[in-house]
Amino acid sequence: MAVYKKTYRGYDGPVTPEWSRFLVLTRYTWEDMRRSRFLTLFLLGTLIPPLVFALIIYLRHNLSALELMGVKPSNLIQVNTAFFLNFLGTQSMFAFFLNSFIGPGLVSPDLSNNAVPLYLSRPFSRQEYVLGRMSILVILFSLMTWIPGLMLFGLQSYVEGWEWFSSNVRLVWALTLASMLWILMLSLLSLSVSAWVKWKPIAGGLLFGIFFVAAGFGAAINAVLRTKWGSLINISYVIGAIWTWLFGDPKAGAIFFRVDNQKELPVAVCWIAFGATCVFCLWLLNKKIGGVEVVK
Amino acid sequence: MSTNAVIELDRLVVRIGQRVILKDLTGTLTGRAIGLLGPNGAGKSTLLNTLLGFHKPFSGTARIFGHDIRTHARRVRSLIGYMPENDSFIANMSGIRFVRMMAELSGLPPAEALERAHEAFFYTGLGEVRYRNIGTYSLGMKQMAKLAQAIVHGPKLLFLDEPTNGLDPPARRRMLDLIREIRDRGDLHIIISSHLLRDVEECCDQVLILKDGRIADTCDLEEERRANRKFLEMETKGGSEEFVLDIERLGCQAAWSGNGRVKLVMPDGLDVRQIFRIAADRAVQIRRLNFRRDSLEDIFLRAMEDQPPAAAPAPAPQKEAVHGRL
Repeated sequence: MAVYKKTYRGYDGPVTPEWSRFLVLTRYTWEDMRRSRFLTLFLLGTLIPPLVFALIIYLRHNLSALELMGVKPSNLIQVNTAFFLNFLGTQSMFAFFLNSFIGPGLVSPDLSNNAVPLYLSRPFSRQEYVLGRMSILVILFSLMTWIPGLMLFGLQSYVEGWEWFSSNVRLVWALTLASMLWILMLSLLSLSVSAWVKWKPIAGGLLFGIFFVAAGFGAAINAVLRTKWGSLINISYVIGAIWTWLFGDPKAGAIFFRVDNQKELPVAVCWIAFGATCVFCLWLLNKKIGGVEVVK
Repeated sequence: MSTNAVIELDRLVVRIGQRVILKDLTGTLTGRAIGLLGPNGAGKSTLLNTLLGFHKPFSGTARIFGHDIRTHARRVRSLIGYMPENDSFIANMSGIRFVRMMAELSGLPPAEALERAHEAFFYTGLGEVRYRNIGTYSLGMKQMAKLAQAIVHGPKLLFLDEPTNGLDPPARRRMLDLIREIRDRGDLHIIISSHLLRDVEECCDQVLILKDGRIADTCDLEEERRANRKFLEMETKGGSEEFVLDIERLGCQAAWSGNGRVKLVMPDGLDVRQIFRIAADRAVQIRRLNFRRDSLEDIFLRAMEDQPPAAAPAPAPQKEAVHGRL
């Protein structure tokens, strides 16, 4: 019906599948983000490290290029577990900064403008709302972490051959799972901070605080109480310990995350700390995101 | 379960924290436009929020078009359009994008959502400002934008929570006209929660009055209007008891107050012109003749005074008897 027919009419046309509705939020969030030039440049910037790492793999297997550049193959970085751990560490830092930039603005505008009842009065649940908001982070961080990581692994396997692939196949799921854990932690933290802190710069600062101030505080506890359990409030440490376990190379992990062998926490405890942090974030989201704010 | 029921309340109890907000609500609402009335804190918004699934019933349940809100919440919400009382929007969005997104969240494909968002904006009179940021809208525009997002997906039931809040008289008139127009098209039912009795009276054909979380009264306004057509109040000059006796011979019940004033209950099918004929024959001047009008305000005030409050809708004949006293 044309717009000039200014009358009300019902709708009995086709509808989209219910499972896909959360992607509406993801799409609209992405359209909003695309308007920011800084963000576009930043996202393009995150593609540089994977290209550099790919170049290293390429050069290691191209002797003529190395000769042309006057570089000995032994001087180049070895493509091993530490190589992929370094790649993931670099990209995860990019993801962290991006998260601090976009995460705080995901939920707080809806809460401050009282828009949540409008979402939830439709056939759209709270879980779908969180999933829709989270998906944009998951997609962007995936494009920065495990997807290029697996592409690098594929490139290395292609140039090294079947033997290297079969002996390093653990890296596939280590890269994927480690990235997923990092993405899950970042997304939940930023969404819950965004739900509770309405002012974006404060929320961004708080995210930095959660990582860096808590790390410093944890180190202080360790030093003062001569214990190692203070590291439990250091999210980077907890994630690092799990990553090291996933990659199966404690030496590389210890160097990368600067972990003192004497102060290592049991991996199981780190898993519990990780799970508890995620559950706490979900609890925070559950308290804030609802059709009505109940004052008891 | 009534086949034409819009909303059925089945011993619905809602608690928030330790407070019982809705107490054992039972009743059936069938009107095309249903007004939800009650003083502050009566439970109007809680009832709407419960029907929307924002509050879980403590016990009992409610059904909307036969769908239980406990077990079919998603299905229920797919049938509803909701216009909240407070400002609710996304500040950094243009009006059209906001309404389109809401339509897509209701399940409309993007192309249809865009088309209907344009239609909804033109329908609510915001066509010219639809590309403007919602944050720049005036209060009246925001109200209309809220209405646009509530109807964009073609709901079967529209919840309007204080739709004329903060509107100036022309904007209020426009809003009420729109509500009546939507009601008269017959595509959907409307629930209006309002403090303004006149708004409800103008738009609704059924009213549910809440008091302290209980149903104080339900009233079929159409029935009331029809019933009121039977009651006449006359002021005459030269009227006498003979004149009243002649009127009673027509089947009316009449009460003569002696100072020229007569109150009548007319039987069904009696044309008021017959009373004028008798007056002409008796040379009685009828100076004033009014159908008695039992306003919604009277009904509301009576419901507020009544103790204890009624739990279920009273049948129509009883209501006539209550409101039909001379």
